Amino acid sequence: MLYDVIIIGGGPAGLTAGIYTSRSKLKTLILDQGMPGGQLILTHEIANYPGAESLSGYMLASKMLQQAKSFGCEVKSNAKIKDLHLQGSIKKISLENGDVFESKSIIIATGGISREIGASNEKELKGRGVSYCATCDGDFFQDKNIIAVGGGNSALEEAVSLTKYASSVTIVHMLDNFQAFDYAVKEAKENPKINFVMESRITKFIGNERLEAVEIEHIPTGEKREQKIDGVFVFIGYVPNTKFLEGKVALNERGEIKVTRDLETNIEGVFAAGDSIEKKYRQVTIATGEGTIAALSAAEFVHRN
Amino acid sequence: MTNLSHVMSADDHKKVIEQNENVMICCGRMGPMCIPVYGAMEELESEYQNIKFYDMEFDTPDARVIRNAPECNGFMGLPFVVYYKNGKIVHASSSILSKDQIKSVLDKHFQ
Repeated sequence: MLYDVIIIGGGPAGLTAGIYTSRSKLKTLILDQGMPGGQLILTHEIANYPGAESLSGYMLASKMLQQAKSFGCEVKSNAKIKDLHLQGSIKKISLENGDVFESKSIIIATGGISREIGASNEKELKGRGVSYCATCDGDFFQDKNIIAVGGGNSALEEAVSLTKYASSVTIVHMLDNFQAFDYAVKEAKENPKINFVMESRITKFIGNERLEAVEIEHIPTGEKREQKIDGVFVFIGYVPNTKFLEGKVALNERGEIKVTRDLETNIEGVFAAGDSIEKKYRQVTIATGEGTIAALSAAEFVHRN
Repeated sequence: MTNLSHVMSADDHKKVIEQNENVMICCGRMGPMCIPVYGAMEELESEYQNIKFYDMEFDTPDARVIRNAPECNGFMGLPFVVYYKNGKIVHASSSILSKDQIKSVLDKHFQ
């Protein structure tokens, strides 16, 4: 099946691109490795999306998906990519289930995936004391002592929100300063339930049925100590979901896709948008804007060729 | 509200697991860690016709039948996902799951 545009990734960038290209009567397919929505689905509340005062990430993603489909955009979820041929005038994408799709242009919008600490026993204790979502799991930690890992806005804001439940929240951060905005740092520092362990990282999660303790390393000295703890919330950001693109398109040292101002990659007819590209700020509004640019660039490319 | 069938009460739960050989129940909220699991289950319904897929609202008092199950001891993350064969729990997990992770459990216990 030959498409005008295949969009890899169904987050806000990919769905916006799908809305634009399908509305332009370009035959469009969105392939998503899981459920369309991307990181939006993992966001409890969006309060800064213009025109929508406050709604859940799931609702916003559902509206975008519905809008794309209403213009004729095809969407295939749980599409695991096996191979990509991006060179030449016809691009080819093979899925693990044997499906093969061809397209005149490609938009890569694979977004980011939550970074894990990588300490031993982390996966085994996920949902048993190790969590990545304060709004989901915070109330399991009523009157408990917990750790929040990270130094960005998410870590500090979520640490403050977790004090609604926990009796104490210890922020563990690798650096000696925070990357978060001043207001978030101030709010955390003024909260009497919050204390700080700087220049440190968790090296081991300890427990069987449930998390019981962590091993914390003080990075400058290498000194390790064990601390009893009821829960650990991890907020250390995202990594670009571009592993499968290595050797296919140009990536920077962080694995982000290099793009031009029109969001074209180093491969003709292959564009990229959203959190997988090289940039400073990552916000849903930026992703939708980039989805628009990538769609317009792809449409121009298809019409020109 | 998901498109899955719903377990509304403890009585309902009893009937569902007694009257069906293979049952998967996702007990959660409409939150970020639960929605992807519901979505994967909705897609798996047609693929695994020998299994009944249900959701249950975590905050309803009757959800104690899942919350207090010994197999869920130590769970501190939503959703609680429980798999029943002939009325008995054969597997349970806490927190988000991918479609592939669910399939591996279904293939192991319900084939």
